[in-house]
Amino acid sequence: MTAAARLHARGVTLGYGEHVVVDRLELAVPDGAVTAVIGPNGCGKSTLLRALGRLLRPRGGEVLLDGKRIDELPTREVARALGLLPQSPTAPEGITVADLVTRGRHPHQAWFRQWSRGDESVVAEAMEWTGLHGLADRPVDALSGGQRQRVWIAMALAQDTDLLLLDEPTTHLDLAHAVEVLDLVDRLHSRGRTVVMVLHDLNLAARYADHLVAMKDGRVLAAGPPREVLTPELLAEIFGLRAVVLPDPVSRGVLVVPVGARRSDARDRGPRNPTT
Amino acid sequence: MARARGSRRRLLVGGVLALLVLLVLAALASIVVGARWIPLAHVWSAVVAPTGGHDDVVVRSLRVPRTGLGVVVGVALGVAGAVIQGHTRNPLADPGLLGVSAGAAFAVCLAVYAFDIPSGTGSVAFALGGALVASVVVFALGTLGGGGGTPVTLALAGAAVTAFLGALTNALVLSDARTLDAYRFWAVGSLVGRPDAVLVQILPFLVAGLLLAAVNAPALNTLQLGEDVARGLGQRLGPARVLGVASVTLLTGAAVSATGPIAFVGLVVPHVARAITGPDHRWLIPYSGLLGALLLVVSDVAGRLIAVPAELPVGLVLALVGAPVFIALVRRRTLAAL
Amino acid sequence: MSAPPILARRALRVGPASAVWRPRAVLVPVALVAVVLLLVALDVGRGDFPISVPDVVGTLLGGGTQVDRYIVLQVRLPRSLTGALVGVAFGMAGALTQSVARNPLASPDLLGISYGAAAAAVATLVLGGGAVGGLFTALGVPLAALLGGLVSAAAIYALAWRQGISGFRLVLVGVAVAAVLSSVTSYLLIVGDLNRAAQAQIWLVGSLNGRDWAQVLPVGLVVGAAALLCPVTSASLRALRLGEDTARSLGVRLQRAQAGHLAAAVALASVAVAAAGPVPFVALIAPQIAVRLLRSAGPPLLAGGLVGAVLVVGADVVSRSVLPSTLPVGVVTAAVGAPYLMFLLARGTRASDA
Repeated sequence: MTAAARLHARGVTLGYGEHVVVDRLELAVPDGAVTAVIGPNGCGKSTLLRALGRLLRPRGGEVLLDGKRIDELPTREVARALGLLPQSPTAPEGITVADLVTRGRHPHQAWFRQWSRGDESVVAEAMEWTGLHGLADRPVDALSGGQRQRVWIAMALAQDTDLLLLDEPTTHLDLAHAVEVLDLVDRLHSRGRTVVMVLHDLNLAARYADHLVAMKDGRVLAAGPPREVLTPELLAEIFGLRAVVLPDPVSRGVLVVPVGARRSDARDRGPRNPTT
Repeated sequence: MARARGSRRRLLVGGVLALLVLLVLAALASIVVGARWIPLAHVWSAVVAPTGGHDDVVVRSLRVPRTGLGVVVGVALGVAGAVIQGHTRNPLADPGLLGVSAGAAFAVCLAVYAFDIPSGTGSVAFALGGALVASVVVFALGTLGGGGGTPVTLALAGAAVTAFLGALTNALVLSDARTLDAYRFWAVGSLVGRPDAVLVQILPFLVAGLLLAAVNAPALNTLQLGEDVARGLGQRLGPARVLGVASVTLLTGAAVSATGPIAFVGLVVPHVARAITGPDHRWLIPYSGLLGALLLVVSDVAGRLIAVPAELPVGLVLALVGAPVFIALVRRRTLAAL
Repeated sequence: MSAPPILARRALRVGPASAVWRPRAVLVPVALVAVVLLLVALDVGRGDFPISVPDVVGTLLGGGTQVDRYIVLQVRLPRSLTGALVGVAFGMAGALTQSVARNPLASPDLLGISYGAAAAAVATLVLGGGAVGGLFTALGVPLAALLGGLVSAAAIYALAWRQGISGFRLVLVGVAVAAVLSSVTSYLLIVGDLNRAAQAQIWLVGSLNGRDWAQVLPVGLVVGAAALLCPVTSASLRALRLGEDTARSLGVRLQRAQAGHLAAAVALASVAVAAAGPVPFVALIAPQIAVRLLRSAGPPLLAGGLVGAVLVVGADVVSRSVLPSTLPVGVVTAAVGAPYLMFLLARGTRASDA
């Protein structure tokens, strides 16, 4: 099953200072699919995403976009092909939603061409897609967490790239907002975009990813469709987690149910001592 | 385990004694070295049985006072640095960078300009008052704002207060030649050219500041765990903070009013001390004091040796040495740590 | 679709060029220019020989008596123009530095650039003879100040550089360098005699006294060049404000952009310090006032400069008419600027990166 892949990591070694985080990693990002990268804390997921997004230069190996080394391509060209949403993006104080989304047009603009008709229609469409009606002139810092995340995604959308990298887009969101954001990502990919996202929640990853990449200690331990990757054996190996994997009653995917130390014995159904 | 603790304690006590010995040696060097080197035998006779000869005068009225001032001010600045770094939990805090000097400077100028008090003897009280007001304002600004006392906001608060008081000082200094003359010599940070009685005058304030710091030490240990945890452990934050600010102000204010602004001692010395003692403030504070005295006296001696036969004021020597250390500290820290 | 459009923004399009139509971004600068012109006219009229504003305008337009023409054109106009141009230079330098550092409290004067210029200038004034002094004297105060500012800025940049510049390191290193240079300057003040010290002290405060056309020219040139480049620079600044990662992923060449903007800021600040001394606080507060006037997302370049001009010329008017004794312009700007900064700090500005 060799799908076409525009974005590749070939034998990539990454680190900060003396510390090596990712070691000779191989990854091909399948086009037109949603790829989720999962793994325990500190396994190098975000580091890998930053390298794919050209924010981190590899010490060894290379990242290729359309067959060419990504750090040798002109910055603008990369920005027109690949958009990245960092983990905790900071918005300048007081910026409005419309202005922030418009920033996404930067790679397509020149200093004298700051608001062409093309820009206008792309930004409007991005805001439609992310459901930002009526919020255009509101300051971003006055919005809720879920709304703010949607604004950043709208900005990445306005960048009009085929490839989208999202670093933990749902981490600080409650479940309802997380699902909202991921449904949006799903709609994007149905239009043909390639998405790579780092996720913490295994079940959300199982539900929304076409392709799952499981990392541990800077290496890829497994890659493939969720039902192939999320097996009890692999979960134990990667996360040190005892879990049961069930068919997801809502989608056609799988559900990971952790087995803990207490309250997991089938006979022990209720609280031991009835409290108030 | 108890054995390890006991041996560690013996080590620390030993360290204190070693520092004291070094300090004595440095003090002796300070008395001996200068444009005119005075042999030790002469020093002894000058102290014990003065005859009024030239060497005796130099020793008694120049070298001994400046050495004494160096030791005392060094202790004050070292301890003040340890306390302020403990309270702000900010490894880049320095009492001198926090506007204290500007407050004292302005007060000194005001004393000369408005009340005709010659800089020195009479103006110590003024300088202390100015230092107090300035430090409280800076501390309040740096911690009340949304930044919550980050290194950057404290540094900038200090810069703001310094600049404001600087403007007022400039207004005074430019209107009156006498004030300018008094100010420019005070502003350079030096152990010489100070009136004789100044050491005696600041001593009570220094002692008070040191006592407050000693009392504050256990609270500082608890505060290192963070405000919430400290409260949970029963530590009363308000009184502890007030004690700390009072201690820092007394120590730094007294020091600055005697010698003019000397930066970087309070910043750098606690780091060296911490490397030896660890974070326990009951040891950190005494070590900081001793190291501060050592640094100041040695810098003063260096100032006499570098530009022979002229002398570089100690404030300049410390700035030239201290800033690179400060910058190295800034460079070493990753963004996450600060 | 009768629902209101999701994005109601007017566009300004001429051929291939286009921009978002923001009324405030046009009206406010125009208003500021008018205010600056008025203040200049007022300032020119002040002095031992008071001249009313209509007479000033008349003289500028070609009329007026011999005496008036001499006073206005040879003595007073260059002084006020220096003030206005220095204000623009400082305001722009501040806007640039604050945008790169992403910290509204960063400014060239706090970052030690002015201190470097000051140390060099004081050295020139104080070290009359001797080998080192001779070198400085040959340069003259303005050039020495310029070089001092450039060298200290380069040192700060190099010291703060660690695989790139972070606004946070820049500020802290700047404060440290400022402390050292300030110490050196204090030392220089005691090296010379009282007269020279007094001269140096006056220069240190920031003053427009005795400024003539020789000062106007260099500042005017640099400010003019910067003003022409405003539209280009503003586009780049807008992207930089989003944070380093986002800016890079939007295709900004980060190191180059940051270095370019900082270099421009240093050039502007240094040439302004060379002309009028390190006038405190203009670079810091002018951009912040402009942000609030324009309601923009970050410190605006052109408006920041114009507010700076208003501040400096306004301070000069105040110091020459309201205060009992004439104090240099720098004292007034600091007396006004520092409390404002303290107010900003107490309010808790939400600096995005520190």
